[in-house]
Amino acid sequence: MTRLLVALLAALAVATPAAAAAAQPSEADLEQQFMCVECGTALSVSQSPVADRERALIQRDLAAGKSVEEIKADMVATYGKDVLAQPSGGGFDLTAWLVPALLALAAAGALIVVLRRWRGAPSPAGVAAAPALDPADARRLEADLAAHDR
Amino acid sequence: VRKRVFWPVTIVAAALVGLLAYGIASKGTNTTLDTALAKGTRPKAPVMALPRLGAPGKASLADYRGKVVVLNVWASWCDPCRQEVPLLQRTQEKISRQGGVVLGVDTQDATSDALAFLRDHKATFPSLRDRDRSYGRELGVTGYPETLVIDRQGRVAAIRRFPVDQKWLNQKLPPLLAEKA
Repeated sequence: MTRLLVALLAALAVATPAAAAAAQPSEADLEQQFMCVECGTALSVSQSPVADRERALIQRDLAAGKSVEEIKADMVATYGKDVLAQPSGGGFDLTAWLVPALLALAAAGALIVVLRRWRGAPSPAGVAAAPALDPADARRLEADLAAHDR
Repeated sequence: VRKRVFWPVTIVAAALVGLLAYGIASKGTNTTLDTALAKGTRPKAPVMALPRLGAPGKASLADYRGKVVVLNVWASWCDPCRQEVPLLQRTQEKISRQGGVVLGVDTQDATSDALAFLRDHKATFPSLRDRDRSYGRELGVTGYPETLVIDRQGRVAAIRRFPVDQKWLNQKLPPLLAEKA
């Protein structure tokens, strides 16, 4: 039991700095969250001069130990809200969230309609059986098949 | 089923097309001023109160009514702006004695970078901060630098959608400076 407790404490001691390091975002992680305000592309892929300035601001803020939220606030104060990769405002910005949600709902609805139609369609087993042969035809068929087998 | 599905699908498709059209139109370039100038008229210059760069408070073109304003849209990260700023500073020194002013509109720029840019080029003309390009959109700005010359009545008299040169300034400014408010 004591050994287990010691092992747990040791694991906790190792995991805590790792978790703290994960909480501190990397510059690459942050770049994913911003846009190049002039070119309208993701900051992580932009090579324009203004993108370099944006990256420099992120580096300065990271060096100053600012949190993600503080860095976001700094970027918006400097470049406006268009710098955010994910729109955060209300009004027309809401369409960025509403349209995909509505499209997903419409797709789900369409899927349900299609599945119902498939399920309602007659299965091969349900196809009406061919009319039964009359006894004379059945005898002739049996005779033909028997002759064929010989 | 086909009839029941047709109208909802059509309405959703029309709504998406409408949304796309609105998005494109709202991001498009405003050419109102250029069109008016091409017709030989002087349209009223858009006015927007913006923070002063390196000074407290806000200002707008309305504060410069009665002056000929060389409104220059710039940014510290813009290379052509760097080449243009000495000419603008010389222009400021010249026209400030004749009732004119060079007014910078610094766009999408960190304040510290912008102030360093002006300091490095010994530029003393006033500038405003258009942090999110909202004023630039009203001016129809598509690149940097761009310059609009505003007459003493607050109307746009000339636009240069690329760097200015001495010849252009010599052609545009003297007649406007000679006009009365």
